[in-house]
Amino acid sequence: MSATRGAGGFSFTRVGAMVLRYWYLLSNSWPRAVELIYWPTVQMLTWGFVQLYVAQNSSFFANAAGLFVGGLLLWDVLLRSQQGFAFAFLEELWSRNLGNLLMSPLKPSEFIVSLMVISIIRLAIGMIPVTFLAIPLFGFNVWGLGLPLAVFFVNLVIAGWSIGLVIIGILLRQGMGAEALAWSLMFLLMPITCVYYPVATLPAIVQPIAWALPTTYVFEGMRAILVTHTFRIDLMATAFAMNALWFTAAVFVFYRLLAAARRAGSLLQQGE
Amino acid sequence: MPAAPAHEPRFAIEVRDLVKRFGAVAAVDGISFEVARGTVTGLLGGNGAGKTTTIGMLMGLILPDAGTIRILGHDMPGERAVLLERMNFESPYVDMPHRLTVRQNLTVFGRLYRVENLKARIAELVEDFDLAAFVDRKAGQLSAGQKTRVALAKALLNSPEVLLLDEPTASLDPDTADWVRGRLETYRAATGATILLASHNMPEVERLCDDVVILRRGRIEDRGSPSDLLRRYGRDTLEEVFLDVARGTRAEGAEPAAAQREEVEP
Repeated sequence: MSATRGAGGFSFTRVGAMVLRYWYLLSNSWPRAVELIYWPTVQMLTWGFVQLYVAQNSSFFANAAGLFVGGLLLWDVLLRSQQGFAFAFLEELWSRNLGNLLMSPLKPSEFIVSLMVISIIRLAIGMIPVTFLAIPLFGFNVWGLGLPLAVFFVNLVIAGWSIGLVIIGILLRQGMGAEALAWSLMFLLMPITCVYYPVATLPAIVQPIAWALPTTYVFEGMRAILVTHTFRIDLMATAFAMNALWFTAAVFVFYRLLAAARRAGSLLQQGE
Repeated sequence: MPAAPAHEPRFAIEVRDLVKRFGAVAAVDGISFEVARGTVTGLLGGNGAGKTTTIGMLMGLILPDAGTIRILGHDMPGERAVLLERMNFESPYVDMPHRLTVRQNLTVFGRLYRVENLKARIAELVEDFDLAAFVDRKAGQLSAGQKTRVALAKALLNSPEVLLLDEPTASLDPDTADWVRGRLETYRAATGATILLASHNMPEVERLCDDVVILRRGRIEDRGSPSDLLRRYGRDTLEEVFLDVARGTRAEGAEPAAAQREEVEP
């Protein structure tokens, strides 16, 4: 009687359905699309002018143009990939649609992959225009980084997904009471992962924590390119290795939290 | 109603000794029941009786502490992924995404259920549920009655063999509620689907249900067909029976409550 195709394993059709769902949401709501571009632009303008001011008063910064704007753009890749991932999930809580999804054949792995895809789409919409805006305004062409940019990008996006996964696991377990984490958790990392300054600036006791974050290697690698014009393969290799570890741990934590939510019955009580 | 094929189990839903505790509270306390294929079974009970928890476990959203659930012969939640393509669910307490149009919502859910010939299926449901006037309107702009019709259309997208409904006519005006009941009767008659219906609306249960399971404090307090319950409790309406069960009172001359039956004839 059923009009569906035979049940199988992982379904790209269902992943596509979820991506389509989020695409509809973006295309139906222009304020959401504008919001994607708004904050990266405001941030870039602020830090761009800070950099201009500092460069006028410091030969070091004058010779290492783009340290602030580059740090900001890469930070935004990290932040937006996490937020794009977690906010897409929050949309289901806000619209009280999670029950429909959890009672559909959508598998957690398919849900996760769809959130990854939509986070990249949101990232592209928000960041690409801003990177081009930085060229005439502040003379910083992030695309000029070439292959290292792709390596930085991949590492930061994976790190954003890892944190996003843990956040949605907590949301599943704790409900909307944990919503603030989706907005704020990444900012806890900001001072430790050394976006705008070298790890050596941190107190010695904090430095091991910084080096435990895959993102720290990316920001150090960016500074190496801008200051000494060298691409540190060792830093990027470590970043990839740590990302693999962090992502695996995040998947494990997510599934543990999902199982805990099923045991606690909290999947039926999503709300305040 | 259509007979079950020889290779299919007789019961669409089989629940055995199901237990779910939240801390010290037993939300579901060792219930067992079956739902024969092609029947409509009402799940009744006051607030906190365990209806929603039971439905949550039937959909695999809540893990039981003990007991087994078999749906269409498959273990739930063990074979959840296979089962959910053959089931569906509707509740007024779960919304469709507000900012998507009705058509976009049906398209997304149709793809999630991997419905074949989706455009034709959506066109069929738009006609059946009279959605044409607002199919390109955002779901958040619909009235309660329109939302219910859309939610039911979504619930029938994959032509489910087992349909779970949680108070499907709550907050609807009598005319719309009657229309919804009519659609459910038509769907069941046309497809032989099995329906489990949690409801507080006793006339609705009397009209739709072949069998009724009454829960109280996580246990099955009584069960039987609506006519059987009316006869045994010596009452004229199911609402009076419900009140007798909820308050532990009985009409004079009423028969003692039946013990939990092992199974019910379809």
